Amino acid sequence: MAQTLTETAGSLEAMTPVPYAVTATRQDTYDTWTLELEPVNGAPIVPGPGQFNMLYAFGVGEVPISNAGNFETDERLVHTIRAVGAVTKALCAAEVGTVIGVRGPFGNTWPIEDAKGKDVVIVAGGIGLPPLRPAIYHVLKNRKDYGRFVLLYGARTPSDMVFLDEVKSWQSNYDVDLDLIVDAGDTDWKGKVGLVTKLIPPANFDADVAKGFIVGPEIMMKFVAQELMNRDLPAESIYVSMERTMRCGVGLCGHCQVGPTLICRDGAVYTWAEVEKLLAVKEL
Amino acid sequence: MKTLDAVIAESPVFAGLTQEQLEFIAGCAQNVHFDEGQQIAKRGDPADVFYLLRMGEVALDIDVPNKKPVRVDTVEPGQVLGWAWLIPPYQWNYDVTATELVRAVSFDGACIREKCASDNELGYALLTRFSQVIVGRLQATRLRLLDIYGTDSH
Repeated sequence: MAQTLTETAGSLEAMTPVPYAVTATRQDTYDTWTLELEPVNGAPIVPGPGQFNMLYAFGVGEVPISNAGNFETDERLVHTIRAVGAVTKALCAAEVGTVIGVRGPFGNTWPIEDAKGKDVVIVAGGIGLPPLRPAIYHVLKNRKDYGRFVLLYGARTPSDMVFLDEVKSWQSNYDVDLDLIVDAGDTDWKGKVGLVTKLIPPANFDADVAKGFIVGPEIMMKFVAQELMNRDLPAESIYVSMERTMRCGVGLCGHCQVGPTLICRDGAVYTWAEVEKLLAVKEL
Repeated sequence: MKTLDAVIAESPVFAGLTQEQLEFIAGCAQNVHFDEGQQIAKRGDPADVFYLLRMGEVALDIDVPNKKPVRVDTVEPGQVLGWAWLIPPYQWNYDVTATELVRAVSFDGACIREKCASDNELGYALLTRFSQVIVGRLQATRLRLLDIYGTDSH
């Protein structure tokens, strides 16, 4: 069972960053880096698939970043970060040996236990793959516990795909239906071209016994969820990972409120049935 | 082994056509194959044929001066490749290449077009069906304008 600090909201432990050292960095795309982290001292944080940590670039600020590690075999924290603001730019610029602060893990997890015995359909868009990576590794390691495993990954261009070598290695598994698609490619691109939703109608799963996990920008998740429902997958069986500006991580500050829910406390994983109407409200 | 008219009848594009219409269309069809990398059509060429893909994928490319061609779409098994045979000026809009071994049913578009001109019922039926193909591609293109991967994510 993964630890969670959300239950200890307001405690000193939940609000105190633990020093972690950057042990490896990799540039994934022109604006995205992956950091591997190990605790400077003490026991490592043990997140569950779908949970996030607050990463603190000392002197700059703190941001919520999903865990992307392979928890099945490795206790190192892995975070994939797009450099879009001051904090994420500072984190992406961190070199090996840099110490950053980590709080977490926060939030709930993908329902990987509930999905046992069922088909699993994972749809990732762009940098949405890393938050799904722990769940993917869990299914791959416990393959016999699950039915058909469909993994669909879309991005703007081939160079916007992260963990592509790893994805291609999954593609060689005979028991994984994996398909890649980009909005536009060049003539070296051997995969499909179009929207990721194009991959759903022919995907090999039984909607009566399937769970769908989606991560990407909200607009992408909306179209993917709709297409999964067009295949008769109920909204209650479709899970998405929501993102809003999170500050405290423990449901106190209210920055991540969407309607009646606080994403850091109640999510970030929700069923589509829970959030579909909320996301239709422009003001939210 | 399925006959050509059975294969054609199973395609959503031709679903609902009368037996007589299907038989006429099947009479204008033949099985073809393309090797990986083989060019199927070139932008500007007369569009006198269209295809129903049975196996393999094809890519639609646009030449960009001083750059590599841009791959703008792919067509997969079960889908129709080509609508320009029905719409003036009857020219291919893209360079079309088989990205793997492709097996398809090829249709003599020019022949079907002539028949449509004299058989309004068939013409309307095909125009309606191919309009759906065109609208589907238009909608997909518009959605891609949203750049759905380009905004916030984790």
